Amino acid sequence: MVGISGFGSVLPWTRRMIVEQRRWLDAAGFNDLLALCQLVPGPNVVNLAVVLGDRFHGPIGSVTAVAGVTSGPMAIVLTLAAALSQVSSLPLVTNAFHGLGAAAAGLVLATTLKMAHPLAAPRPPVTRDWRAIGMALLALVAIGLLRLPLLASLAVLVPVSVGLQLLPRRR
Amino acid sequence: MEPYLALASVFGRLGLLAVGGVLSVLPEMQHQAVEVHGWVTAREFTSMFALAQSAPGPNMMVVPLLGARVAGLPGAVVAAVSFVLPPGLLVFCVGRLWQRLRGKPWLHDVQAGLTAVTVGLVAAAALLLARSAADNWQDWLAVVAATVILLRTRYNPLWVMIGGAALGAVGLL
Repeated sequence: MVGISGFGSVLPWTRRMIVEQRRWLDAAGFNDLLALCQLVPGPNVVNLAVVLGDRFHGPIGSVTAVAGVTSGPMAIVLTLAAALSQVSSLPLVTNAFHGLGAAAAGLVLATTLKMAHPLAAPRPPVTRDWRAIGMALLALVAIGLLRLPLLASLAVLVPVSVGLQLLPRRR
Repeated sequence: MEPYLALASVFGRLGLLAVGGVLSVLPEMQHQAVEVHGWVTAREFTSMFALAQSAPGPNMMVVPLLGARVAGLPGAVVAAVSFVLPPGLLVFCVGRLWQRLRGKPWLHDVQAGLTAVTVGLVAAAALLLARSAADNWQDWLAVVAATVILLRTRYNPLWVMIGGAALGAVGLL
């Protein structure tokens, strides 16, 4: 198994490697697997490695694949952090990290807006899902503004949100 | 032993709460690392996350960075394994049942319900990061500019990160 790497968001790279280069899965198969990995909690790419590894070589394949996707990046990021900690007192480095933090906040904000877009402005045959919008706002308020504990919040939000989706819809 | 146990207990719980991905648990991770355990300051946490996002690899790399800060290389490994193992076991089991589960009509609703919560949690993570990264209007402008560039162009996010770091280094932020 090969370690997979990419910048910022790894998923497009993973897709390219699995579908286009190695041809382990076709596009539909990849989307199906991704749906599974997003359904179960945990880092998406690591989840993908677990399932794909298992398909090819069983439990050992899963462990190898997870080690493959995590060990290389981990070595890089730890080396980088260790190197930077040597110079972390320099104002130049502190200032650079300040700017880097702002860019990272922008990255997550862009991710949020990309995820929220299909909820707020769905393509025409699909109508706006007020239940989903309401639950997203509730989660934002609970965790982002009120800073309630995550476990307790999820214990309420997830069943309610899934329950609302399971309710029959009026046409 | 004590720092390892603390890392294992914090990250062991966080992994299973990462509904829809790592970003969902970022606010709770920050709360645990900054307020509960005092491993890092809020600003350091944001820097570590930013560093993890700038380096290649899955976005969970902030986890081993925090582990390394607490207890060196073994700490990084303990944090990463604790974070990955519980959801890994879960997805392994669900993966084996997937042939029977997939295509069930209710699954689509479960997915939609989870996605809604995920969107709210990722929004909370964005809010938290922006608030701890930005002190003045220039910083907020940089956050918004980075967001717009990432949404409107197809540049690799790495360039946006490098741009942010460069603006910071020359003292504009």
